[in-house]
Amino acid sequence: MFMKARIIITPKKAVVDPQGITVRRALAHMGYDGVGDVHVGKYIEIDLAAGTDPAVAEATLNEAAHRFLSNPVIEDYRLEIQ
Amino acid sequence: MNFAIIQFPASNCDQDALHAVRHLGYSARYVWHKDASLGAADAVLIPGGFSYGDHLRCGAIARFSPVMRAVQQFGAQGGLVLGICNGFQVLTEAGLLPGALVRNRSLQFRCEHVFLKTVTRNSPFTNQVPNDKLLRVPIAHGEGCYFAAEETLQQLAANDQILWQYCDQEGNVTEAANPNGALRNIAGICNEPRNVAGLMPHPERACEAILGNTDGMLIFQSMIAWFAQRRQSRAA
Repeated sequence: MFMKARIIITPKKAVVDPQGITVRRALAHMGYDGVGDVHVGKYIEIDLAAGTDPAVAEATLNEAAHRFLSNPVIEDYRLEIQ
Repeated sequence: MNFAIIQFPASNCDQDALHAVRHLGYSARYVWHKDASLGAADAVLIPGGFSYGDHLRCGAIARFSPVMRAVQQFGAQGGLVLGICNGFQVLTEAGLLPGALVRNRSLQFRCEHVFLKTVTRNSPFTNQVPNDKLLRVPIAHGEGCYFAAEETLQQLAANDQILWQYCDQEGNVTEAANPNGALRNIAGICNEPRNVAGLMPHPERACEAILGNTDGMLIFQSMIAWFAQRRQSRAA
């Protein structure tokens, strides 16, 4: 069975996110009411080889996400394996 | 004094850096990103550009190049390392300098001349800048907004690690003079031991009278003066 890892990277709250601010303004201009803060991040999808142990994949990808896929100074990430 | 200039795929200020150093009368040569050794280098310049296409994050892929292991080692032994623009981004990604460079607050790529206030002359990169002299140098970046956690900013200030700040032509550090939204108007910093520095502006593009600006020379001349002094004091 194929597994996929999904890594969702978002800017830390302390980092000003000008993209998010611009998107929020644009949504308001377009008439979409009730829109609060917007944060623009990244989405990475990784196909995992058949037979991969989910626990091993989780540990490995957490390391990769911390070292490389995200920058912990400015970003948070969430890892999902399914 | 020999300068090693690192070349990554899509570095694009490497030739300017080489030219600037040779124009000052010193020797410079390129070191390819796949090289594991810097050779006989007395200082390392990491030039501007868009290393590895700036994919994922600026500098994120370049920092894992084989040559960066040599740069890490060189820096750890006290060697002079200066990262310019993309080179600054590479050094923060590599953890050689604290903080990170994020998207300009304006979301615009800014390509213009700015004024820099030299915050401290106590560094290998600023010792030849005359008192009260503002540096006029070009910038060209889309992701030059310096960010660091408040605690890190306080440490940088306490340790005198902030080398340059964006200012107006009178030397006032103002919001209006900040081209990218950098916290505390930071244009460049050094590490705690003071031998590794990075800045977003391009001193190598301001080293010749024919280009109308020689302020950038002061940064390279500072490195040269510091190196000469260290060599002299070691020989003594």
